[in-house]
Amino acid sequence: MKFTKTLMATTALTMVAGVAGAADMADEMTIVSWGGAYTASQMNAYHKPYMEKTGVNIISDDSSAEAVAKLRAMNEANNITWDVVDVVASDAMRLCDEGLALEIDPDTMLADAPDGTKASEDFGDLLVSECFIPQIVYSTTFGYRTDMVGDKAPTTVCDIFDLATYPGKRSLQKRPIDNMEWALYCDGVAKDDIYDVLGTDAGVDRALAKLDTIKDQVVWWTAGAETPQLLADGEVVMGSTFNGRLFSAIAEQNQPIGMLWDMQSFDLDGWIIPAGLSPERQARALDYVYFATDTQRLADQAKYISYGPARKSSAPLVGKHADLGIDMAPHMPTDPANAANVHLYDYSWWADNRDDLDAKFQAWLAK
Amino acid sequence: MSDIKTNGPVLAADGTPLKRSLARALRVEKTRALMLIAPLLIFVLISFIIPIVSMLFRSVDNRIVEDTMPYTVAALKTWDASSGALPDEPVYAALARDMKAAAEKKEHTRIGGRLNYEESGFSSLFRKTGRAAKKFDLDSGEPFKAKLIDIHKDWGKIETWKIMQTHSVDYTNGYFLNAVDMKRTPDGAQMQDDDKRVLLKLFGRTMWMSLVITGMCILLGYPVAWILANLPARQANLLMILVLLPFWTSLLVRTSAWKVMLQQQGVINDVLVWLGFIADDSRLIIINNATGTIIAMTHILLPFMILPMYSVMQTIQPSYLRAAKSLGATNWTAFWRVYFPQSIPGIGAGSILVFILAIGYYITPEIVGGNKGVFISNRIAYHISTSLNWGLAAALGSILLAAVLILYWAYDKIVGIDNVKLG
Amino acid sequence: MANTQNEDAFVAFERVQKSYDGETLVVKDLNLTLPKGEFLTMLGPSGSGKTTCLMMLAGFETATHGEIKIDGVSINNIPPHKRGIGMVFQNYALFPHMTIAENLSFPLEVRKIGKSDREAKVKRALDMVEMGSFGGRRPAQLSGGQQQRVALARALVFEPELVLMDEPLGALDKQLREKMQFEITHLAHELGITTVYVTHDQTEALTMSDRVAVFDDGRIQQIAPPDELYESPQNSFVAQFIGENNTLSGTVKQISNGKCVVQLDNGEEIDAKPVNVSKVGERTTVSIRPERVEFDKTRLHADAHTLKAEVLEFIYMGDIFRTRLRVAGNDEFIIKSRNAPDQVRLQPGQQIEIGWLAEDCRALEA
Repeated sequence: MKFTKTLMATTALTMVAGVAGAADMADEMTIVSWGGAYTASQMNAYHKPYMEKTGVNIISDDSSAEAVAKLRAMNEANNITWDVVDVVASDAMRLCDEGLALEIDPDTMLADAPDGTKASEDFGDLLVSECFIPQIVYSTTFGYRTDMVGDKAPTTVCDIFDLATYPGKRSLQKRPIDNMEWALYCDGVAKDDIYDVLGTDAGVDRALAKLDTIKDQVVWWTAGAETPQLLADGEVVMGSTFNGRLFSAIAEQNQPIGMLWDMQSFDLDGWIIPAGLSPERQARALDYVYFATDTQRLADQAKYISYGPARKSSAPLVGKHADLGIDMAPHMPTDPANAANVHLYDYSWWADNRDDLDAKFQAWLAK
Repeated sequence: MSDIKTNGPVLAADGTPLKRSLARALRVEKTRALMLIAPLLIFVLISFIIPIVSMLFRSVDNRIVEDTMPYTVAALKTWDASSGALPDEPVYAALARDMKAAAEKKEHTRIGGRLNYEESGFSSLFRKTGRAAKKFDLDSGEPFKAKLIDIHKDWGKIETWKIMQTHSVDYTNGYFLNAVDMKRTPDGAQMQDDDKRVLLKLFGRTMWMSLVITGMCILLGYPVAWILANLPARQANLLMILVLLPFWTSLLVRTSAWKVMLQQQGVINDVLVWLGFIADDSRLIIINNATGTIIAMTHILLPFMILPMYSVMQTIQPSYLRAAKSLGATNWTAFWRVYFPQSIPGIGAGSILVFILAIGYYITPEIVGGNKGVFISNRIAYHISTSLNWGLAAALGSILLAAVLILYWAYDKIVGIDNVKLG
Repeated sequence: MANTQNEDAFVAFERVQKSYDGETLVVKDLNLTLPKGEFLTMLGPSGSGKTTCLMMLAGFETATHGEIKIDGVSINNIPPHKRGIGMVFQNYALFPHMTIAENLSFPLEVRKIGKSDREAKVKRALDMVEMGSFGGRRPAQLSGGQQQRVALARALVFEPELVLMDEPLGALDKQLREKMQFEITHLAHELGITTVYVTHDQTEALTMSDRVAVFDDGRIQQIAPPDELYESPQNSFVAQFIGENNTLSGTVKQISNGKCVVQLDNGEEIDAKPVNVSKVGERTTVSIRPERVEFDKTRLHADAHTLKAEVLEFIYMGDIFRTRLRVAGNDEFIIKSRNAPDQVRLQPGQQIEIGWLAEDCRALEA
């Protein structure tokens, strides 16, 4: 009894603190994103114009990597301090499943395209969850050291598994997603059959067996900045990371790195609005999202970072890099030349199998 | 105390029982003392005790199943899983009813996520069923069995129902079983599938590597603490600053610095190649494996070993060594039989500190540990922040806590905890 | 024993110097010999070099110059653990993690003495200091006096011929100290061991030693048996340092037959024994023990010189009376008289005359 009372008292205290805090933030909103160049691009393309237009002050918080856990904790403490959160699509699905994110009706809550096309149609298939407002299309793909591969630059993703031609270390993300698919693909599974095969125990074993062939030569990364650094240091000869990271290493830092677009794994990043905000904060968050995901803003972001806008209507508006002045379109993962052979990451399949495969993947790693 | 024997209680001068008088006199003092420690007490309660209790609680809490699906859980109680037959219509009707209610409250995906930890597929099973369930007409009387199986074929599988039944208890040992590579099944606790067993191994590795790190810290820290304790104050202070220097840089920066030092194209390898100790094509692999974790963590935790050792050694008077030598002991015997035993409390305190800190570390192993140098805490972090399986994370954390307490208890039994001195 | 010859010296310091910083000497040209079985005390204020000498003998400090010999053999290059010298430390230095018996057994173990032998010796040593039943305890469970006894037993258990003690009684209360003083001397003489004892407590030095070496400023100021030291200090430092002392300054007026007359600065004259003065007209400081001052004229020599004195303070101290006088402008002149039935108690303000035997008043260097 006593314990429950104490707990209630504590909760009450935090709630009071939360209300007091909310009152203070009448003209402020906290937007959570990934930090670094990515947040900078959002600052330039969305935050600054929005602050000028409305006078609302936007505070950036670089916590997207832990967003799911933190939102759950905030929800349990009944004190949600974030207004809009940038997450990858799979996290958005998880948050939606957990009831931690607001469901969005794109046609009423998001802007139409300039030609009047409804948002639901403009975003199309990219609306992978009821709570998710897509923002960019990015891909996880490979970069290689141009000076360490001799005169035969890698051309397919399967060169990752070719230790004879490309000796040396390679860096892969420390998770089963993408790696398992690439392994099966390079083991001869047809692209359309990958998830069917991976759904069986034998398929999992097959993927891991393929990965076993290079396991000794793999450096596993957890943060997106690691592969560009490892490539720059000459620690690895090739490695996977987000395409925008490779773009900035190549175009902005002039590193001797080449892009390998084959079998790049498309993924989505976008906004969610936490469930349980007060009506006025929710209204403001929706107002922000309406503004920040319209056709022009999404196209504007591409001036600062090489990720593709999620709206079909934004694609023709993509221009040149804000500082370098180079055409951004050819650096987009969605550019036809780059997207000749892409891997479409199956969100719902992974939502079902992530827990199971992760345990297997970790057991394999620890072996 | 008087020796006068009285039948009744001893009385104070004014006739009240002495005990009551004393209690009254002490009450004011006690209240004041309590008021003074109250802020700390409340702070500890809120920031430490409550989270730990809630963690322990979360590791067995499974009420979500019955809270979300009360009718199904009740109906399933009568179903005999070993019969080999699917449940009857009432169970399906109960499920339809629960599903509709849950879908309206948007809770169906949550329980789907919960059950998906046990068996892949529940996530989409519940998402899909929930979507359809919103349109159920519960009073139509139509058979839901066929309807549900039609929505998702998994409802026609006995396995699905077995899992539902197994995990419908309010308080479960399932998370703890998972934490030790076992699982809760209809036939009781069983070992996890071979290809999913990793946690016990990680527990073992965490313990073993923490021990190695503690040992390294003792080996490296002991001479430093000895020098510190025997230097004149001014030099000792300077050296102390060097020892504490790592504390003043962020953990992330230090760990990243080790990366630059240890990687194959890194500083240490470059120097060794330059000196000609190793060939350029056979550079040492001392990062992204257990070695990297041990090196970086030894460095990071070293001050926690040196400080208690130093403060204990400071209290060992030099006359003990002199006495031993005057009694005929060689330098080594004097150290080993006289100085060392007296410094053990410092080693004990340092070891407990370093060991406990080490088994809970995850940032450093995550960055420099590769796949062979990660700890159980990395899995806890994963389940907290990525898989959201907080029940399992809590169970893992509870086991870690228990391990620390057991070790502490064992240390107390073997060495004696009053032999631990921090200063 | 004061005239011990170098030939039968057991311990010898020969021209020993010690400097820690290369600039100042803490021990200056020390020469000292001890015959076997002697109890020698090194007495002096702190910083006088006595402990340094002890540490050099024990081997914990090395002599900057000169030689230290035991039994005629130079021990300069012998490490402490091979010197076979027993030592008792100021804070006892009993090993806290070992029981009393283990503490005593330690020197025997490192000498690889068999177990049964060891146990017998430990028992004998503990019995010797009346601590036989305490073998199983730890040092922290003993009182200061008991720890002191154990430390003594430990220093003696391996039967060293030479034992060093560094202010071993400093931490004990007065009564216990006196008791231990007696016991230590008694033991040392009984066992016939040579003892070098360091203290800054002159009473201890006087009551325990065969000879006392008074240290000051890195030198031995005087080395003599206690009575000689007390009664015939050879210089002002020793006179001041040993026991209580009254001093007066003046000029030698006449000198003959081992007696002299000193004229004090206010013109009054006193009798004295010339020690460090040799001719008339020399400045001198005379020193007289408080208990040798007489104020009952009938007990003085008829032609003795007397001084006028005024009683300033009378202090009752039990066994003695201590009276402070103003004598020849000195307000701190003390006399002590025994508390006997016929003794006079002087009253403050009283005018008296004081005098002494010429041999009790020593005319030293100015």
